[in-house]
This record gives sequence, structure tokens and C-alpha cells, in this order.
Amino acid sequence: MSRSRGAVGWLGTGEDTQPWRGAYAPYDLIKELTIAVGVITLIAVILTILLSSPDEKPVTIAQWSKQGPVNFLATATQELNGTSATAEYGPPYNHSSANVQHFWLLHPQRWLGVSHPINTTYNYVVSPLRTVIANPALQAAVNEYEAAPAAQRKAWGEAYAKPLEEYEAAAGEHKTPPSSVSTDAATGAVTVHTSSSAGPVPTMMAALVSLAQSGGLEGTLLTGDTANLDGTPLRSKQFYETDYTLPLLFLANGSMLEEKAETEHLLGSQWGMMNETGSYPGQAWLWLYTMWYQIEPMKSSPNADLQVMLIMGVLSLLFVCIPFLPIINRIPRWIPIYRLIWREHYRSYVSS
Amino acid sequence: MSVAPSSEPAIGPADRDLDRSWTVRLRKRWVAALPPERLLPDGQPTYVASWIYVFGVASIASLIVIIGSGSILALKGPAWWHYTSLGHFFNSIHMWSVELFFFVMVVHLWGKYWMAAWRGGRARIWMSGAIIFLVAVPCALTGYVSQQNFDSQWISTQAKDAMNATGIGAFFNVTNFGQMYSYHILLLPLAVVALVTGHVLLVRRHGVVPPLELQQRVGALAAVAEPSAGGEASPGEAGS
Repeated sequence: MSRSRGAVGWLGTGEDTQPWRGAYAPYDLIKELTIAVGVITLIAVILTILLSSPDEKPVTIAQWSKQGPVNFLATATQELNGTSATAEYGPPYNHSSANVQHFWLLHPQRWLGVSHPINTTYNYVVSPLRTVIANPALQAAVNEYEAAPAAQRKAWGEAYAKPLEEYEAAAGEHKTPPSSVSTDAATGAVTVHTSSSAGPVPTMMAALVSLAQSGGLEGTLLTGDTANLDGTPLRSKQFYETDYTLPLLFLANGSMLEEKAETEHLLGSQWGMMNETGSYPGQAWLWLYTMWYQIEPMKSSPNADLQVMLIMGVLSLLFVCIPFLPIINRIPRWIPIYRLIWREHYRSYVSS
Repeated sequence: MSVAPSSEPAIGPADRDLDRSWTVRLRKRWVAALPPERLLPDGQPTYVASWIYVFGVASIASLIVIIGSGSILALKGPAWWHYTSLGHFFNSIHMWSVELFFFVMVVHLWGKYWMAAWRGGRARIWMSGAIIFLVAVPCALTGYVSQQNFDSQWISTQAKDAMNATGIGAFFNVTNFGQMYSYHILLLPLAVVALVTGHVLLVRRHGVVPPLELQQRVGALAAVAEPSAGGEASPGEAGS
């Protein structure tokens, strides 16, 4: 009986109710459920016929490297040099710190450590180029790069990255890009004129652009060899693979994914967490999550994700515990919406 | 040659052994807590007379449509709906039933809040309902990142930061399609269905919360009214 645990039982709220000893109306539970399933199915079918559902094709690395070869090359060079967003991210990908968040004494990201190691130099550049075995000049260039001291590799990489960064900065500001970077519209090749020697890097990166434009890089990133942060092999010659972390993070480091997302009103500043492509409702139930990102201090905080998740964690706990929250659990008595819900009951009571 | 069945009743274990039987103990507890007429009632208190009550059963109905359409998509594999119109049709059914599920569930939750439906030992009913909502959110998220289209690319690469910041990303990688698909079609739906089952059984056990202010009037009501329908359903224990 409902009384048994009412006032003093486990998880009691101190608000007991009496067993109902009034009238009963006939009720067919199974029939009600069957009708409800039919009605919901009908509504879903009508919405499907009228509105369908979105299915915007995914962005591919081949598409990115063809339509934005300089951005692709600039991003790939950052991966080579260990200066990309992924390379500097921190756990769970590596031991960097650019994206490591904390809140007071809470450092859960650091505590959980590196669970998905990504060695950007090896995984995004060296390993894919090792698959192009029919190009001896390329393999010699990769050998030279790998054999060089770290300082030399850094100097080559920076020399090659500098003109690309200047080009990207000018393009971002809608200025005339420097002539040190040029693209061949017919072949999609990118020529980079460096002010100092870049060693084997131009050969390597030109081959990576070709591999990407041919559509071969997606498969290589998905199933090719990968290495741990210390360079030891992590995964070798896979056939089946369902982990898209490498290609997705690579795409996210470039600009094409974000540019497309902006046109589809999906950016964080556009409340994008609760949107999806087109004019579909998306995950509207995430409105409260995304709302916190729009207001200070989360809006400008480097720890916004952790702050928002903590806020939502606390709110979720309070939501579950509403029956025990002193003021919140009394509001339904003060704002008598229940009189509307049970108006028939109260009316019959008054008339009797 | 056949052996005629004995007319003697089968000799069962001693009563003492029966009392020790885990099965018998479970059955006794189950039947005591939820006798059949309370589990599947044929009557409900007359105060259960508002459209707001429809949203509870509509939530379960939406979940059934979600699982039905999702099962068809699962039978054909995750890529099927991208290249067939029939697959896209069932994907649309799946998506819209999810939207309906959240809509009716939110209305149901608000309705129960304004009824203060946790009264009378029903706190666990509220709490299980709230947890269902909270578990349904990642259930939907894993679906969005398993779509294998641009939405999946964008949502997964954005959601990873929140997951990683809390450390959840160490074992819940939203950019790992295989892992997310497993969560979406098995682990999280299993959790939602288990929670919904528990929630409904609690509702059946405790009955629909009576109207507010009834406590002061129940004595007067008891004097003038007896259960007039509903077979053997215990007073105050029916409804949804």
C-alpha cells in the first residue's frame, strides 16, 4: 500500500497520502497503450512524409584537400610539427596542456590520463607516406626526415609552415595573400617558397596532398599503422576498423568543417549544440547545456566545458531529488495548477 | 507400451524446503507487492480524468516506436538508410519518434511536478522518471554521432571537448563510431528500457497520486463512496 513507506519509509518525503476509497472508473490499460502506439506511429509517419529527416553528406579529406589545398597543407604541416590543436590538446590524446581543463582542485581530464594516444607527426604524416612505396624519392625524403635530429626537423617544419601561416592569416582577414604560396588550379598542387631550407619537408607534404586528393588518406588514417607518443607501434595493418578519431580530429583541425557548420548554424555561438543541419528540431533537450555556454563566465572561460558539465551535473542531481528540496517541492501547492488538472474531481466533490 | 498417469498427486518438497526456496520467496514477494489485479488493473480512481495523464503512456508508446524503427535500421546495418528511400523513411520515423518521445516526456514530467506526484511514498517514481530523462539524453547523443553524415562529424568533434574535460572521454569516445553505435543500439536502450520497466512497476505498486488536499477530505469521501468499478483492484492502486 502507498502508506507503508509514505511518511517514514525509505525515501519518504514526509508527505503521506491516504488510500483512495472513492469511486473507480473502468480502465483498459492494454487498450490505452495500443491506441497510444498507433497514434504516435501515425504522427511519426505524417511528420516523415511531410518533413523527412536530414542527411547531409559528410565532409571528406579528399574534398577538403581539393577545395582548400592551402588550408589542408597548413593543417597537415601543423600535425607534422606538433603544433596543431590535436598535438597541443592534452589528455586523452597526449601529455600537452592547451586544452586541459580544471575547476579548483578538480582535474578529471588529467586524472584519467592519455587513453587514446595520438602522435600527430607519425599518425598524420609519416605513416600515411610510408604507404606510398612506389615513390623512392618520397621514401628517401621520409628517411631523411626521420633520421634528422629533433632541432633540425623543427627548423625544417617551421620554415615550411611560415609562408602557409601567412597565407592563411591573410585569407582570414580577406587580404591579398603573399606570393610565397601559390596553387595550380588544374592539378590542385600547392607550391610553397620558403625563406630558408625546409629539407625533405616540401617533398613529403606535396606527396601528402596528392595522397589526400586521390582519396587515399582517409583509408590510411583509418586502417594504417599508428604509433604511441614515444613512437612505439600502437596499431598495425588493420582491416576492420570503426574508430574514426584520427580522421575526425584531422578534419576538425582544418577550417572546412567549421565553415560548413557555420552556414548550417551549428557553431557554439549559434546555440549549435541543440541544432542539426537544415531546419530540423535537433537536440532541443540540450537547450540548458548550450545556454550556459552563452553567458559569462563560461562564455570566455578556457574551462567552459568542465564548468558547464559540473553545473549540469549538480542541476541533474537536484532534478532527481526534487521531492526532497524544501522550497521546490512546495511550489506545486502555492501555484495551484493542480486545480486545473483535477478540476473534474474537485467539481464533483463540491457538487456532492 | 504406455504408462498410465498416476492419479496420485505428485509429492512435492516439504513445506520447510519450500520456504527456503529462492524461487518461492521471490514469487511470494512479487505477488505480495504486485498482485495481478494491481499489475494489470481494470479500473482506476475517478480523479484520473485529465489529458495530462495521456503523456505518460504516450512516452512509453514513443519508446516502443523508437525501438521498433531502430530495430529495422539495426537489422539492415548502419549505412542502409543513406542509400535507400525505404531506409531513409525508417530513419525519419526513428528521428521523429525520438523528438516526440522527448516532447511528451517533458510534458509528462511537468505534469507530475505540478501534481507533486512524489507524495505518499512515491519519491522513487519521480526519481526513476527523472533518471530516465537523464539517460535518454546520451542515448540520443550517441544516435546523432552514429549517423555517419555531416551532423555526426560536427557533433562528435564538438562534444568530445565536454567529454574529455570531465574525463568521461577516456572511456566514452564520441569520435569512435563503433563504440558509439554499441552504446546507441544496445547499452543505453537497455538502460532506458530497464528504468522504464522499474518506473512503471513502481507506478503500479503505489498507484496514481491522489489529488492535493484530498487528505483532509478523505474521511468524508470514505463515508459516502465505495469502489464502484475495477473488479478487485485495491483502492488507490490503479492508473498510470
